[in-house]
Amino acid sequence: MARKLMKGNEAIGEAAIQAGCRLYFAYPITPQSEVAEYLSRRMPDVGGTFLQAESELGASNMVFGAAATGEMVFTTSSSPGISLMAEAMSYIAGAQLPAVFVNIVRGGPGLGGILPAQSDYLQATKGAGHGDYRMLVFSPATVQEAVDLTMMAFRKAELYRAPVLVMGDGMIGQMMEPVEFESPKLNTGLPSKQTWATCGAVGRPRNIVRSLFLDPERLEQNCFELQAKYARWAADEVRYETYNCEGAPRLLVTAHGSMARICKTAIDELRAEGTQIGLFRPISLYPFPTAPLAALGDRIGRVLCVEMSLGQMVEDVQAAVGRRLPVKFFGRTGGMVPSPDEVKHQILKQLEADA
Amino acid sequence: MSTLFAPPRSMTENITHYCPGCTHGIIHRMVGETLDELGIASRAIGIAPVGCSVLIYNYFNVDFQEAPHGRAPALATGAKRARPDMVVFTYQGDGDLASIGTNEIIHAANRGEKITTVFVNNAIYGMTGGQMAPTSMPGQVTTTSPAGRDPAKVGFPMRICELLSTLRTPAYVVRTAVHTPQLMVQTKRAIRRAFELQLEDRCFTFVEVLSTCPTNWGMTPVKSLQWLQEQMMPYYPLGVFKDPDLPATQAGLVPVPRKRQVQDEEEG
Repeated sequence: MARKLMKGNEAIGEAAIQAGCRLYFAYPITPQSEVAEYLSRRMPDVGGTFLQAESELGASNMVFGAAATGEMVFTTSSSPGISLMAEAMSYIAGAQLPAVFVNIVRGGPGLGGILPAQSDYLQATKGAGHGDYRMLVFSPATVQEAVDLTMMAFRKAELYRAPVLVMGDGMIGQMMEPVEFESPKLNTGLPSKQTWATCGAVGRPRNIVRSLFLDPERLEQNCFELQAKYARWAADEVRYETYNCEGAPRLLVTAHGSMARICKTAIDELRAEGTQIGLFRPISLYPFPTAPLAALGDRIGRVLCVEMSLGQMVEDVQAAVGRRLPVKFFGRTGGMVPSPDEVKHQILKQLEADA
Repeated sequence: MSTLFAPPRSMTENITHYCPGCTHGIIHRMVGETLDELGIASRAIGIAPVGCSVLIYNYFNVDFQEAPHGRAPALATGAKRARPDMVVFTYQGDGDLASIGTNEIIHAANRGEKITTVFVNNAIYGMTGGQMAPTSMPGQVTTTSPAGRDPAKVGFPMRICELLSTLRTPAYVVRTAVHTPQLMVQTKRAIRRAFELQLEDRCFTFVEVLSTCPTNWGMTPVKSLQWLQEQMMPYYPLGVFKDPDLPATQAGLVPVPRKRQVQDEEEG
């Protein structure tokens, strides 16, 4: 497929189709309703199903029921809607089913606002719903990356039979950029869905999709199986980008998603002025790229975490670099997006304080 | 020697966990017989509720999904939309369907999902220990209405069949009971008809079955059946609320008088 100029939300919808997904259940919420609008037109073109649910509870539990049949399925929402979907996320993780969720984050708490924010980081990475589970969480910084990560999310959901979350923000959803669609290669050697999905017990014993295990030993066993997946994620699914870190930067900025992109502009301007600043951008928020960040933090010696929240990812950054290296923090929230100048000012202030 | 009576092939031989006098076992068997008779067990997907029948999947040889509390119709929607060739049914109690899951059942019914719901109404929360349900009778003593349900404070019991039959879309809405042999025969017919209509791609089929809970009602099984007859049936009239062939309904089940229903003028 040729390069095409698309709005982030629409590009995410098309990415799901290009990845082979033919089932989408959703409930409208700003700033991501364009995904539903786009797929309400596009799904019928490809013989797929779009259904507008009665609520995010409905949509996410429709995803649960469809995922349990072994078909590819996804939904999209924004912060308050994701809170309602947390129920299904927990059940889908417990029942070990593949499903993709997209959160185009807006400011909170509560109804909050409709402008871009990153204040759902803790919800996404520490478990939105109840119980011992995690989700793979990817954070795109461009529309192209939103496309690539959405397509990859389907492959990973299928590979691990687990919910995968792509977490962008209102900026990713609303801006237009040129994109190309290139699906990651298909998984091979996966167990037949006849071994786990509810798709008709023909010539095999019945399959039961459940997260209920009244015997505590059996429930603990299910949780151990989940933990084994998360150990594989820590080994195989850590993704990050470093920028301008060669040589001896005077400070390392950590930021993810749109915020990292703004930080890059600030870093480029500082470089033109003769000051080298490095950037560490986690792409997988869970599993968090702890080891590479620790190594870089040790080498550079000064870390500033910048977020569109009042300090959420900074907890993971601090845990990565350890107590010997206090992490500084700068954040705006509620839809206030720091400008490159504001970030630059914070970086310079930090350098002066340490001088 | 030939077998004259045997458990349905679509059911397992597990002993049920239900209390003595509970009618879940009877209703389970009717579902099992229907799956056998229509030859659909191998393409059936059952959705289990939260409540006493949460473990229903232990008793059927068909694929099952276990739903969050109240969400069975949403899971059924997802499953049926994903696999329209499957026969999808939910089995839900009154706490699950009439309280926490009202949104899901009303919208599944109104969208006309091609699924079947068996709704077992025993006017109380069974599994959690006998708390008041939206379907509990006025004056009914439960663990959360120790002085009896007071409609002035918590409203009157919800009549789900009546509520759903105000919607234009659903194909089949019926209320039955299983406390006499004659009613059991009628209930079996209703369950079978609901699945048959699903096989014809009719929109949404719903069978409410009045049931007992001797344990949480604090009565003997026999007294419970009497209480159902005397207290519940006058408030929850049995009959067919919606049927594609109304008024020519199946034998034994009377159409509910028109004044009880909100008829859709355009359908008339």
